[in-house]
Amino acid sequence: MKSGGSLSIWFFIGISLAVNGAIILARGIYELVSPPEHQVVLYQLHANVWWGAVLLILGLFFSLRFSPARMARNS
Amino acid sequence: MNPALLVPSTSTLVHLSPVDLVIIIFYFVLVLAIGLHLKGQANTGEDFFMAGREMTAWVAGLAFLSANLGSLELMGWAGNAYKYGILAAHWYWIGAIPAMLFLALVMMPFYHICKTHSVPGYLKLRFGPGSQALASISFAFMTVLMSGINMYAMAVVMRVVLGWDIHFSIWVSSITVAAYVALGGLRSAIFNEVLQFFLIWAGALLIPILGLVEAGGWTGLKAQILQNLTEQHAPNPGAYTHLWSTLGDFGNNPMGINWVGIVFGLGAVISMGYWTTDFLVVQRVLAAKDLRSAKLAPIIGAAFKMMVPFIVILPGLLGLALLRDPHTGNLLKLVPGDLAWSDAGRAQGLHSFDEVLPLMLARYCGPGLLGLGITALIAGFMSGMAGNVSAFATVWTYDIYGAMINKHASDDSKVRMGRWCTLLGVAVSIGTAYLVMNAQSIMDYVQALFSFFIAPLFGTVILGMLWKRATAAGGFWGLLAGTLSSVGMYAWVKVDPGAVRYVALSSQAQDQAQNMFRALWCWLICVAVTVVVSLVTKPKPDAELADLVYGLTPIPHEESVSFVRRPVFWAVIVGVVFVVLQIIFW
Repeated sequence: MKSGGSLSIWFFIGISLAVNGAIILARGIYELVSPPEHQVVLYQLHANVWWGAVLLILGLFFSLRFSPARMARNS
Repeated sequence: MNPALLVPSTSTLVHLSPVDLVIIIFYFVLVLAIGLHLKGQANTGEDFFMAGREMTAWVAGLAFLSANLGSLELMGWAGNAYKYGILAAHWYWIGAIPAMLFLALVMMPFYHICKTHSVPGYLKLRFGPGSQALASISFAFMTVLMSGINMYAMAVVMRVVLGWDIHFSIWVSSITVAAYVALGGLRSAIFNEVLQFFLIWAGALLIPILGLVEAGGWTGLKAQILQNLTEQHAPNPGAYTHLWSTLGDFGNNPMGINWVGIVFGLGAVISMGYWTTDFLVVQRVLAAKDLRSAKLAPIIGAAFKMMVPFIVILPGLLGLALLRDPHTGNLLKLVPGDLAWSDAGRAQGLHSFDEVLPLMLARYCGPGLLGLGITALIAGFMSGMAGNVSAFATVWTYDIYGAMINKHASDDSKVRMGRWCTLLGVAVSIGTAYLVMNAQSIMDYVQALFSFFIAPLFGTVILGMLWKRATAAGGFWGLLAGTLSSVGMYAWVKVDPGAVRYVALSSQAQDQAQNMFRALWCWLICVAVTVVVSLVTKPKPDAELADLVYGLTPIPHEESVSFVRRPVFWAVIVGVVFVVLQIIFW
């Protein structure tokens, strides 16, 4: 669904989630290797690792599903 | 000047790392990129002001919700949940869902079929230019003033939470919003609102998930709240986790309200007024591509609105249960903002109710996640502001400039006017923010002023849609009488606080209860005056009311659409879930 634009809004959302997810996941992995001095509550659950991964996967799905190339092929 | 402005920048709630800053900067770059990308698709009036009327139900529905999901809404209602308990969820459930479904199934066909550009535009078609002028002028000015107040309040929060300079927050966020709305018009505002919707959920959803893990689930959370409030000798601590069972009497609950105020004041009048006639939100649905999408959009919005308490109300309740002073281990007691931000409050390390969401964010979110959470708050603020300025630009251009100043304005000149109005709206908002910075009492009066128009406007619009006998004179005088009666009741209670026992039916009624009952009375006055004046004045012929009034508007049938694709099917599903939620949290 383009709703008038040449790029779909869902593509932008995918990019946003994927980039944020990748940054958060990378930071989470870094903290696994080098635990921070000041830890947040429930640090042991490593929320940044799994939440970053969830956002990254969701973002990649939207980015690929609504990529300009794929949309051009379907239109 | 607000004491929060005097807080030294080193005394902040959270500290951002470089990773957090990268996430925040990426957000600003992305919203500007969207504005630039859409610049070429806002050349006509329909494109700039109505997004070409080609939004799908999902895009229109999420933007409809997101325009209302400002950061002050998020932080303010999380603070109210800390203050009043789960009663605050009424503003998301009975205070929204029935109205959204009503908009979808009853009112949307009239808005869509008459092809109006705005709610005041509908009033012009139905009641004539008098009602249009009253509604458009009040809406336009109140919208930009409210936008300025929200901007100021957001900048104060950024100062307290992050230590950001208040001028930096005001100017950076305003210029960004002005740029992407002026470039791409409503389409750009809507696209960014949908993006912001996802960011808000991505940034805020972890708090309730981790909070429930820490509290031991809903049962553990309730037990902890009961224990903490009992320790603090709070009256009727059980009322903080029950939605309806304590609303039999004003004195039984922390909000000082009863079920009549919630059901009739909030559910039947205020929420109906806001969700069905406030052009800020209705404009998003008017941009839908067809009637089925226009009806589905508010239903999709309602489905997600029902879930918002999970990221707003639950963090407030979790704050009641879990927040402790990191140094003493004692329960952390949040206080009103003016006390927390006073010199004495800061010296004691006090925090305000509105800081509960950032406090919970800082509790669970380390670098990266913290940046996403702060981005969610900034995104919320910017989506609310973009909603305000795009609605202002439309109402000013069509209902004030096009209707009163230059009746023969070409489409090109309207688009130019819309772009300038976007910048003007942002400039007035900035001016209001600086005005409030130096005179706090203005904030209370402007917020009250905004509330004066919502309830009577709903009375006028709903009678206009459902009763063909309503006349132009009836609509105008009803709207005026309802608005003036609301102002009168507000002033009466200000001058004589004892008058609250007449306005809100109880001397124990608190602020929220007064607002509910004032709205109820002024709506009734609006309806009564409209009916009486209409009955003694000459109605329009039926032919002139075609496509505007129930019974004279052919509503397209949906027999060709399968049952599960019909709006009414999904409205019933949302309605059932709404009722189940009331029973679960009774």
